Amino acid sequence: MAGMTIIVRTIARLLFPFMFLFGAYVVAHGHLTPGGGFPGGVIIAASFVMLILAYGIEQTQKRAGFVNAEVLESIGGLAIAILGLLGLLMGGLFLQNVFPLGELGHLFSAGNLPLLYLSVGIEVAAGILLIFYAMLFASRGENE
Amino acid sequence: MARVQQVLALVMIITVGTLLISAVSLTMPTFGSFPQRQIGENMENAIGQQILENAKRQTGAANVVTSVVWGYRGYDTLGEATVLFTAVVGVVMVFRAVRRPE
Repeated sequence: MAGMTIIVRTIARLLFPFMFLFGAYVVAHGHLTPGGGFPGGVIIAASFVMLILAYGIEQTQKRAGFVNAEVLESIGGLAIAILGLLGLLMGGLFLQNVFPLGELGHLFSAGNLPLLYLSVGIEVAAGILLIFYAMLFASRGENE
Repeated sequence: MARVQQVLALVMIITVGTLLISAVSLTMPTFGSFPQRQIGENMENAIGQQILENAKRQTGAANVVTSVVWGYRGYDTLGEATVLFTAVVGVVMVFRAVRRPE
C-alpha cells in the first residue's frame, strides 16, 4: 500500500489524535453517557485504520510503531474474565459488582462497570484492527 | 409427481400461515400493551419499570443502558465479547491460511 495524496495525509494526521481521544472518551464515559466499550473501541480502531489508509502500512509502522493487536485483544478478553472471577472470589457471584459504587455521575463510580467497559473497549479496538491487519497482509500476497 | 409436490407445498403453506396468523391474533397481547411480569412480590410493574427505578441505587451508573448491559445482564455481554473474540480469531485464521498457499 503506497498511501494517498498529501491532502489526505495532512487531514488524517491532524484528525487522528482527536478521533483517538473521542474514542477514549466514549469508552471511559460509558457508564455516564451514551456509548461504551463497543462503539468506543470501533472509533479507536477506525482512527488507526484511517492513518494506515492515508499513509500506507509501511510508513505507519515506521513512524508510529506496530500496534500489537493480538496481545491487546487477548489482554482485553482476559481482563473481563479476571474481573468476573474477582467478583466470584470477593462477592460470591461471577461478575458481581464488588468495588464501591461511589457517587452517582462521577467518573470513578459504579464499581466495576467502567473497568469492564475499558476491557471491552481494548478488546473491540484490537479485534477490529486485527481483522484489518489480516485482510491487509493477505491482500499483499506472497512477496512479503 | 412435481405437480403433486407443488399442491402439497401450497396446502402446507396455507395451513402453517393460518395457524401462525390465528396464534398471533388469538394469544398475543394486544398491540401497545407491555407484557407484565412478576418480580418478587411485585405484580404491578414490568421488568423495565423495575430496572428504571432501581438501577441507579443498585449499580451506581448514571447510564441505565450500561447498568443493564454489564450490571443486570453481565453474562449476556460476556458472551457478546466472546462472540467478537471468536469472530476475530476465525477471520485471522482464514486470512493467514490464504496467505500461505503451500
